Amino acid sequence: MWPHLLKRLGLTVLTLVLLSMIIFLAGQVLPGNPGRAILGHYAPESAVLALNRKLGVTRPLLVQYWSWVSGIIHGNLGTSWEYHAPVSSFLFPALGRSAKLALFAFVIVVPLSILGGVVAALNRGRAIDKIISVGGLSFTTVPTFVSGIVLIVIFGIALKVLPVTAQAPPGSPFFTQLRYLILPAVPLVLILFGYIARMARAGTIEVLDSDYVRTATLNGLPRWRVISRHVLRNSLLPTITVIATQTGYLIGGLVVIENLFNYPGIGRLILTAADFKDFPMLEAGVLFIGIVYLLATLLADILYTVLNPRIRLGSEE
Amino acid sequence: MNRSLVSTSARLPHEHPPDERAKVLEVNHLDVSYRVRDRERLAVRDVSFEIGRQESFGLVGESGCGKSTTALAVTRYLPSNGRISSGGVKVNGHDLTSMDKASLRRLRARTVSMVYQEPMKALNPSIRIGRQLSEVYEIIGLKRAEALERAEAMLRNVQISDPGLVMRRYPHQLSGGMQQRVIIAMALASEPSLLILDEPTTALDATVEAEVLDLVALLRQEFQTAVLFISHNLAVIAKMCDRVGVMYAGELVEEGPAEQVFEDPRHPYTVGLLRCVPQRGQRKDHGRLDTIPGFLPGPGQVPRGCVFAQRCSLADERCVSEAPPMYEVTPLRSSRCHYHEDAPRVPRSTPADVQLPESGELDRAEAPVIRLRGVSKTFKVRGESVRAVSDIDLDLRLGETLGLVGESGCGKSTLARVLLGLTPPDEGSVIELDGLPLAGRCSERDREQLQAIQIIFQNPDSALNRRHSVRHIVTRALRKLAGLSGDACETRLVEVVRSVRLEESHLALRPRHLSGGLKQRVAIARAFAGSPRVLVCDEPTSALDVSVQAAILNLLADLQSRERVTYVFISHDLGVVRYLSDRIAVLYLGKVMEYGPAETVFAGPHHPYTEGLLSALPNLDGVQGERVKLEGELPSAAHPPAGCVFHTRCPRRLSSGVCESSEPPLVEVEPDHMMRCHIPITELRRLQGKEPSGQEEAQRTSAAT
Amino acid sequence: MTADSDLTAALVGAKAESASVEAGAMTDVLDRAPFVVVSSSGAQDLSPRRIRAEQLRQLVHSKAFIVGALILLWWIVCAIFGTLFVPYNPLSQSLLNVNAAPSAAHWFGTDSLGRDVFSRVIVGARDILEIAPLATLVGTAVGTAIGLAQGYFRGAFDMLVGRLVDALLALPTVIVAFLFIVAVGANTLTLVIVIGFTFAFIIARTVRTAVLQERELDYIAAARLRNENAFHIMFVEVLPNVLGPIIVEFTVRLGYAIFTIATLSFLGFGVQPPTPDWGATVASNYQYLAAGYWWQTLFPALAIASLVVAINLVGDSMEAALLQ
Repeated sequence: MWPHLLKRLGLTVLTLVLLSMIIFLAGQVLPGNPGRAILGHYAPESAVLALNRKLGVTRPLLVQYWSWVSGIIHGNLGTSWEYHAPVSSFLFPALGRSAKLALFAFVIVVPLSILGGVVAALNRGRAIDKIISVGGLSFTTVPTFVSGIVLIVIFGIALKVLPVTAQAPPGSPFFTQLRYLILPAVPLVLILFGYIARMARAGTIEVLDSDYVRTATLNGLPRWRVISRHVLRNSLLPTITVIATQTGYLIGGLVVIENLFNYPGIGRLILTAADFKDFPMLEAGVLFIGIVYLLATLLADILYTVLNPRIRLGSEE
Repeated sequence: MNRSLVSTSARLPHEHPPDERAKVLEVNHLDVSYRVRDRERLAVRDVSFEIGRQESFGLVGESGCGKSTTALAVTRYLPSNGRISSGGVKVNGHDLTSMDKASLRRLRARTVSMVYQEPMKALNPSIRIGRQLSEVYEIIGLKRAEALERAEAMLRNVQISDPGLVMRRYPHQLSGGMQQRVIIAMALASEPSLLILDEPTTALDATVEAEVLDLVALLRQEFQTAVLFISHNLAVIAKMCDRVGVMYAGELVEEGPAEQVFEDPRHPYTVGLLRCVPQRGQRKDHGRLDTIPGFLPGPGQVPRGCVFAQRCSLADERCVSEAPPMYEVTPLRSSRCHYHEDAPRVPRSTPADVQLPESGELDRAEAPVIRLRGVSKTFKVRGESVRAVSDIDLDLRLGETLGLVGESGCGKSTLARVLLGLTPPDEGSVIELDGLPLAGRCSERDREQLQAIQIIFQNPDSALNRRHSVRHIVTRALRKLAGLSGDACETRLVEVVRSVRLEESHLALRPRHLSGGLKQRVAIARAFAGSPRVLVCDEPTSALDVSVQAAILNLLADLQSRERVTYVFISHDLGVVRYLSDRIAVLYLGKVMEYGPAETVFAGPHHPYTEGLLSALPNLDGVQGERVKLEGELPSAAHPPAGCVFHTRCPRRLSSGVCESSEPPLVEVEPDHMMRCHIPITELRRLQGKEPSGQEEAQRTSAAT
Repeated sequence: MTADSDLTAALVGAKAESASVEAGAMTDVLDRAPFVVVSSSGAQDLSPRRIRAEQLRQLVHSKAFIVGALILLWWIVCAIFGTLFVPYNPLSQSLLNVNAAPSAAHWFGTDSLGRDVFSRVIVGARDILEIAPLATLVGTAVGTAIGLAQGYFRGAFDMLVGRLVDALLALPTVIVAFLFIVAVGANTLTLVIVIGFTFAFIIARTVRTAVLQERELDYIAAARLRNENAFHIMFVEVLPNVLGPIIVEFTVRLGYAIFTIATLSFLGFGVQPPTPDWGATVASNYQYLAAGYWWQTLFPALAIASLVVAINLVGDSMEAALLQ
């Protein structure tokens, strides 16, 4: 088990390094010069040059990359060009708010989609299976802002039952805050549900068709016991990995939802940074999104390894 | 063997003691159909048989004959589109077809158990053996602690020497043989009246198969269980069963006491099946095998007359127009043939005469085509070196067949891949073609060298590109290997295709439109396209039914005598190897243990490992000499035993300790007969009771499927 | 070893309960019979043409496919001929008639500049239906080539590309695309290239997996024993056998391409106003939602939804027909 996990950890670190390079290089493709962009058209050339030197963008690429990366390792994410303040003072609060919204969506979608997938698998070929599979899959490709708008129109404007902004007034009690998060969370749930449910369904069907389920059934086990003891554990194991890979999708959805509902999370942060060409902010934001994803998949890997005896205990040979 | 007899001394209380007069299983005019594309297709038709208390009944037949469907119907575990469309199944007198869910579950829990083909898949991979096994006891109402205790005792019953350890293991940590023992333990846990075994040893090696079969035979007595044994292997059925039913195209065509059916078959199909199998030491230069011509009727097609009429050389008008009933041949046996009295005299479908190679005797002095010297192959597996093939010296002579024999993992396929250049051998290995060294990788060999050594793979589904037509497949080989193009290519294409007895109409088809046997012919055509000098045949018939196997073996033998090609023939089936081979090399853990002319190796005296392999073979006569059992499990190739690699399992290990401490060399013990053993040949001869003629042994080990 | 195949056949038959796999089960059952009567009339059932016809029949009989295909067809017609039959010029403003609610004259109402929303929705199909298929095509072609090479050569190349894919997949597609578009600016070509290449890596992963499975099969060994070159093995031997997953991947990716382009347009990094693109239209109007002008946003949003759902229905039915 340990060699396997160490290998996974090594791969994650390697991927992270590559990711930081990609992000850094994407920032470098930007034509023009940041000093000019910040100071505006009318600033004298000398001031622009001075600022560029101060920002360090005149140094060789490798030196810039190294100073950026080593800064991050030491907890220094750089200074925002737009706000002239440390990036971290904006980034972490925004991450926290996004995490709140994302977790809320996750807590709803994970049990719901697994249940949906298992129910569909147990009723394979029947109407309920078709509804869950085809319906769920359709929602995964409907862009988040589309379902968001439809929900706003129905529940916020026509029925007026839910607030159309995401942020509760400061100091609101927990449940009021949650109420404000319902409309933004549902589109996120919708894009995740279909895929997780589909994978859970496929996993369950595979196990239901397996020889060991036949063994259990022909041993005379009651059906509920066959399902609870023999089917679920084996069928849901791969779903763990699927859920982790969906965090990326979730974050993609967050960018849109936060924009639509004007919610000051990480998604809004990087969009604003992009609008202002505030590269330190943008790069740090995107890097952290990648880090969150990589950590989630690493965690899923560890969980999968620990729960799967075939990896945990390699074969005797 | 430290078996405890816990289970017999403390029998489980049965809810309803079975009615002692009722048959354990009565199948009455059973029809099973599958609904495919809104149409009902009969998979099993009018099948009737009975199994009495403690009786063992075998169902035998080729793939698609409906034997597994029959077994599933008996447990009412048909897939959701399948159903028993008419007829009945009674277990202990209770009608299964009308049973409600709860009674069905009770029946499965207590009365009928099943053992399956692939033990690994039949066990839940994420639950420890102990829990899986004790669960069965919990179902029948025992408390957890008692269930665990019983489970452990049951493991001891199936001859697992350290049950406590096995209880804590997960399925993937056990070998195939151990897994199958666990399944058998699970099946017998409830002390069922009926045990169904569906190809229980097909996925296992011969030595393991023999042990599992012995175990089943023993436990059947001990638990007084009736057995329904399903297998494609005639010899296994002959060994295990009191009575046998032969199935063909969904019908039971012959039924009776196993010994009588196999000795004196009364249905042309049974006769044909038995003639397809190389038996009693039959060899390619004695004569060709008989075959069953024609094709199985398509699924769902019910002919008006006899299902076998199309392929039967006895068939006449009556057979085509009038479906035969089950005739009573003697009070004990029946046959679904109008002419069952003439069945034993069915004329052969394939003439037995052989075209011997013109040169007659092979010239021993002739230089070998291929020389292997010190060939080794080491794989790196998880940082460990695994020596799959170790220091092998072999010579292949023109027009000869070298049979490679050994259990799975012995290195026979690796050796073949090394020879072909698909797997480069270790540094220092020498492979020579006509005295010139060959590169280790096929990409570094020139066209002539590639052309010289080709292969027929085991599985034609994998070996043929399923998107290419037969024409494309064979033509490509003709172009690349024989260097032909244009008209010459076209002419040769037709020639090659005809030589494997395919028709030109097959050229346009893709592999999926062909049956397994026809596909293998395409693979053979491709292999022969470049007129190879050496052809590796890697289990070329093991994916095929016996009737198809016979035709392929005949074809290979014919092509060899015509083209004077050398075969390296790999097979786990000793009967088949014996039929086709001139020389045999027996491999164990990557080493040659014995090497010599086929008849010498089969006649003995044998290396103790060869002896074990031969003794593991069930034969069709139903009589078995005393088995020479190989102990324990195949050691890991990553950590081969010190001394003689075979000493951990050798029944004839010397007490002096020399086997454990030093490795015997491969030496010539008789003229042309090499062996790697510390025991002197004279001593082996005495131990194995071999008189110089060795006839008794030849007879004993003759038949196998 | 000879496995008894009637069990397998039965289990394959079991799948036939769902109408979508029936044809496959049928051929499978026949395939598994030890003999196929090639010369008798039964054989014609199995010719490649018949199988294709069978797949088509199955598609046409699937309600989901029909519904999806009709919607898709409608939007394609709108994209090509929309300008010919729209009631108003989608770009012409009418400041006297701003924010009008849906009526007989303006079925979907008007927007804040008085433009007819219905006309804008019809014509708005054009850009997305141009960029999405192009991007997907680029992605599929490039991804297939990369995946084939990865699966065939393995080793260092595979490792390098694999890590790169991992790194890129750590970010949501929308963010990768947006990062590059911020850097190079938004226009149709950059959208096609950026989305195409992002997808290429995802598709490469699918193709690679399929190729690795194929590689283990003996027909590849047979090709190596004929000294076929890498190109022949990749494109003549392997490619035809992995086409199924590639076609499925294409339809799935097409849906996601529309998702991504619409989202980028919504975020302001895709198709730019005043083009009546749906995402861009939603972006410029959703702040008026709170004022109650829901029609300006809802109709283009529903148009996007109908398009992606249609593609999904078509893709799903094709997957069922192809991968049996």
